[in-house]
Amino acid sequence: MKQRLSTLMVAAVMTASFAAHAQQPAKKAPPPAKAAAPAKKEGITAEFEKFREVLEEDNPAELFEAKGEDIWKNKKGPGGATMAQCDLGLGAGVVKGAYVQMPRWFADVGQVMDAERRIVHCMVKYLGYKEEDIRKQPFSNDQRTPDHVSVITYVAAQSRNLKIAAPQKHAKEIEAYRIGKEIFAYRAGPYDFSCATCHGDDGKRIRTQDLPNLRKPAEAVKAYQGWPGYRMTGGFMLTQQWRMNDCFRQQRFPEPTYLSDSITALLAYMTVTANGQVYKGPGIKR
Amino acid sequence: MADPMKIRAQMKGDTAEIRVLMSHAMETGQRKDNAGATVPAHFIQAITVDVGGKRVIQGQTSTSVSRNPVFGFKVKGAKVGDKVVIHWEDNKGDKRTDEAVIAA
Ligand code: HEC
Repeated sequence: MKQRLSTLMVAAVMTASFAAHAQQPAKKAPPPAKAAAPAKKEGITAEFEKFREVLEEDNPAELFEAKGEDIWKNKKGPGGATMAQCDLGLGAGVVKGAYVQMPRWFADVGQVMDAERRIVHCMVKYLGYKEEDIRKQPFSNDQRTPDHVSVITYVAAQSRNLKIAAPQKHAKEIEAYRIGKEIFAYRAGPYDFSCATCHGDDGKRIRTQDLPNLRKPAEAVKAYQGWPGYRMTGGFMLTQQWRMNDCFRQQRFPEPTYLSDSITALLAYMTVTANGQVYKGPGIKR
Repeated sequence: MADPMKIRAQMKGDTAEIRVLMSHAMETGQRKDNAGATVPAHFIQAITVDVGGKRVIQGQTSTSVSRNPVFGFKVKGAKVGDKVVIHWEDNKGDKRTDEAVIAA
């Protein structure tokens, strides 16, 4: 038995090491997309897809989910406040289903907030985190995963297998959607790009990466699905806001300030477009 | 201190399928940080797995294993309710032990 076990272990090590983290996410953007011919699923894309599916069963995102749960349930702020006081839109302390129902209007702050923004708001308000510290390092890197990223992962996981249902009732929610739609189509910068240049048609891709047509409900779910996601390159958790900033960078736009209104608006637009589809929980990205 | 592992253990026929996710930086010692300084090697180097009080795996690992690694084992002859104890130690002396019970 020992022999058999050690063989299996070697196999496990090899699978694990294929996702080695020697590479950092590239600093330089890939070359701009040519109006690509409708791409048939290339062999390599299909292979990556299979690889991703295998890893999804043991997604390291779970490690961050556990960490976030611990913070949510056990961490105390000044005066003993906890995240049980945090209202994510469904009542104080209610986490189940909250993630898929944001961005939404929050009367207490008089703002539409996306999930990430609301969670940071609560961690500052109840747990005593300093917003300026969070802004210093909003996204994970190889040295550190900020606490709020783990909490976001936990909250997102509590909406696994639920339908995306971002509300469009309050006038400000409707306005956020409209502004987001406008930003999505707004062309500017050295290449005169908009989000729609890369994400507004079917069948586009950059190198091996398929670019979802985020204007279409069936594909807009990809703006949502898999985020927050564990990125195998580098080996850390990244959030939707990171994805947004990285796309602004690819678009050769200045990167928005963390937790800005424009990102909330973009997320409102893309989430509402994906409404009605099932969110599968934190994902894994290559 | 090291973060907890996530262990899943389930019987499939007469074989227990055990999977463990470990939270670890697994630095190779080959990387440089933004300032150009080498990031020191930091990796899990020893793993043991005990099932039902019996050692079934004693393994050594090194820097070719990814960050936050996943391992999977199949153990014949284990049964529902057996305790699984997994332990790792890294090259800096940090260590962690976690337990789970084999589910049906
Ligand atoms: C130069 C082309 C380009 C532009 C412009 C661009 N993106 Fe992207 N976008 C990409 C690439 C490349 C990816 C990564 C796809 C992958 O990893 O499979 C991506 C991924 C995404 C994703 C995640 C999709 C997924 O499958 O997880 C979203 C959401 C997104 N972009 C939104 C936007 C928004 C919003 C804008 C405008 C602010 C924008 N993008 C502008 C190229 C672009």
